[in-house]
Amino acid sequence: MELLRFATAGSVDDGKSTLIGRLLHDTKALFDDVIDAVAATTARRGGEGLDLALVTDGLRAEREQGITIDVAYRYFSTPLRSFVIADTPGHVQYTRNMVTGASTSDVAVILVDARHGLREQSLRHAALSALLGIQHLVLAVNKMDLVDWSEARFTEIRDEFAALAERLDVPVVTAIPLCALDGGNVVDPSPHTPWYDGPCLLEHLETLPLPRYDEGALRLPVQLVIKPGVGSGAGVTAERRWYAGSLAAGIPQVGQEIVVLPSGTHSRIAAVEGNAPAVRVQLEHELDVSRGDVIADAHDAPHTVPQILARVAWMADKPLRAGSHVLLKHGTRTVKAVATQLHDRLDVATLDTHTGVDELGLNEIGTVTFITSLPLPIDAYATNRTMGSFIVIDEVTNGTVGAGMVAEPAGAPV
Amino acid sequence: MTVIDQTSTEFDDADRVGLDHRLAQLEAHAIFVIREVAAECERPVLLFSGGKDSVVMLHLAKKAFEPGVIPFPVMHVDTGHNFPEVIEFRDRLVEQMGVRLVVASVQDAIDEGRVADPGPTGSRNRLQTQPLLYEVGRNKFDAAFGGARRDEDKARAKERILSFRDLFGQWDPKNQRPELWRLYNPRVRAGEHLRAFPISDWTELDIWRYIAVNDIELPQMYYAHQREVVERDGMLLATSEVTPALPGETPFVETVRYRTVGDMTCTGAVRSDAATPLEVLTEIEQSRITERGATRADDKFSEAAMEDRKREGYF
Ligand SMILES: Nc1nc2c(ncn2[C@@H]2O[C@H](COP(=O)(O)OP(=O)(O)OP(=O)(O)O)[C@@H](O)[C@H]2O)c(=O)[nH]1
Ligand SMILES: [Mg+2]
Repeated sequence: MELLRFATAGSVDDGKSTLIGRLLHDTKALFDDVIDAVAATTARRGGEGLDLALVTDGLRAEREQGITIDVAYRYFSTPLRSFVIADTPGHVQYTRNMVTGASTSDVAVILVDARHGLREQSLRHAALSALLGIQHLVLAVNKMDLVDWSEARFTEIRDEFAALAERLDVPVVTAIPLCALDGGNVVDPSPHTPWYDGPCLLEHLETLPLPRYDEGALRLPVQLVIKPGVGSGAGVTAERRWYAGSLAAGIPQVGQEIVVLPSGTHSRIAAVEGNAPAVRVQLEHELDVSRGDVIADAHDAPHTVPQILARVAWMADKPLRAGSHVLLKHGTRTVKAVATQLHDRLDVATLDTHTGVDELGLNEIGTVTFITSLPLPIDAYATNRTMGSFIVIDEVTNGTVGAGMVAEPAGAPV
Repeated sequence: MTVIDQTSTEFDDADRVGLDHRLAQLEAHAIFVIREVAAECERPVLLFSGGKDSVVMLHLAKKAFEPGVIPFPVMHVDTGHNFPEVIEFRDRLVEQMGVRLVVASVQDAIDEGRVADPGPTGSRNRLQTQPLLYEVGRNKFDAAFGGARRDEDKARAKERILSFRDLFGQWDPKNQRPELWRLYNPRVRAGEHLRAFPISDWTELDIWRYIAVNDIELPQMYYAHQREVVERDGMLLATSEVTPALPGETPFVETVRYRTVGDMTCTGAVRSDAATPLEVLTEIEQSRITERGATRADDKFSEAAMEDRKREGYF
């Protein structure tokens, strides 16, 4: 069965968790004991029926405050597709958790409260989704019950968002008027929207084309070197070493000419085993290949560069400045790096880009040049999500403080 | 010429148990996580209970390092109140896989006064955290693989794939590290450690599909068998030395199986005729109750029982 991953996004209280609870409830994906527990907690908190946000808001602190703090992952399937849902928080303080949930998703469902329309967080989440390369956004105009299911209001928000999506370069947006509270247009059509002839949310998620990423020439970041027979005693031969990893693109073929990066040495694939993308390969020549190296198609290799120009989403209180020393983890390699230049910063309220900035603060997005201690084989993020992404790690706290997306490989190939 | 081995993506009952797009992705991701942690951490360990999730974990670990061997030991947190057949199975599988077994013993923790004695029939479930953290510290483990799945519980639904534990083994769910794409950050300082959950995104159904497709052996109690039980708090509890029938309870023999395997004092059985992985799949496809809801008394203490235990360092 096909697997689609999607994340919720949007401003605090716009109804993301309620929507996910509703979707799970109406597809009968909630088990009886979960429903009973949600009913009991709803009653204890003085509510009636089921507060469906409690399905994903599972932490004590979330239930106390009635907000989502961290991503909850939920699973369900229909006869057509199986789904992994990341229900993310809307509060600006927890933007890093929204980014966490969205980074592994194929689709983002951005909720907007029909009464309030687009807010700063709606824009921030739309911008982050676009930055993360999510090709398909769903604009869920929620709480339509509170605006009397007004077609005019829906159209207004839809058009405003469409203009925004164009500026953000998001190729596909589908807008759906719905009510997470009563379930209208979530799984079943609402009787209140005779003017709407598009799909319900579920139908849309079941049928939208699965995004395909990372097709193209061979890229295998080496995770580890396996020496056959180590520790297994008798019968050990001088068999070749295996290089194990997860394919970032392509399928290795026996006999295929490859280049090992960053060293630039050439060889051919001698053997391949495993189920793609988790494979191991042997090479024809005994080369010095270790964790962090990339085995790539010799005729279509990534640029190996000492300098990276990237879009960065910053997630730490301590800002990133020109001159900041950090660690970058790219593929299976972690290197020391210095941010040499901050080029610009996005103003999420207006979606304007400002140049002449000297720092990137918490929850801000900007363009940065890093120089790395070792040249890294990179592709643009738009071409390959794995070869074009990195995380920034603070050497002192060990925290993950930034997410980087390679704008374009600067410099010449080796 | 060697080609990509497709054998495990093909199977007989394709429509029922498809190792399709979904299961293939889940397997590849789990192997990726296992390799990352093994490569980046100094001293990982795999938590192994003999239950279905940890058996699948061990199977995935074997696959991750083939044709080499699994480069880390496994650890069982032994409550002393185990089902004997699980211990027998554990020892046999560990030997077969050629891995070293570390036992973190609740009984030792009680005898050495590290935890309070709950009495001969008291639940030892919550007592597992101390010996677990004690052995993590003693062995200087910096990463512990767990077979926990996000679909098991609402607090587990909030877990990262790599989850940070502080000097005291504690989880802080309000302040988790961001986790971007598949770029895992395994860095910890001395004394801190990670929990790694490679099968986070698998559901109970995925586990059983995977067991069916790969013909993975489990303790027999996962399949229908006859057992003497009592009915307590709506659960079927096996009678034993540590779980005797209480006054007023009448033991009876029932055809049952276990959906989860844990401490005898808090793990219940379900009535079932399912004798094979495919029959188990059919049964749980129709079930309206989660596996922990059906079989775990320990989660019924309070609304946030799992979160509270996890904060203290429980698996
Ligand atoms: N009237 C009405 N209320 C709704 C609807 N959807 C959600 N709500 C209410 O809006 C409030 C916030 O809902 P949540 O689902 O917690 O919002 P959220 O977007 O998940 O919030 P965060 O995760 O904290 O960002 C709750 O009181 C819901 O009951 C709707 O369609 N109509
Ligand atoms: Mg929420």
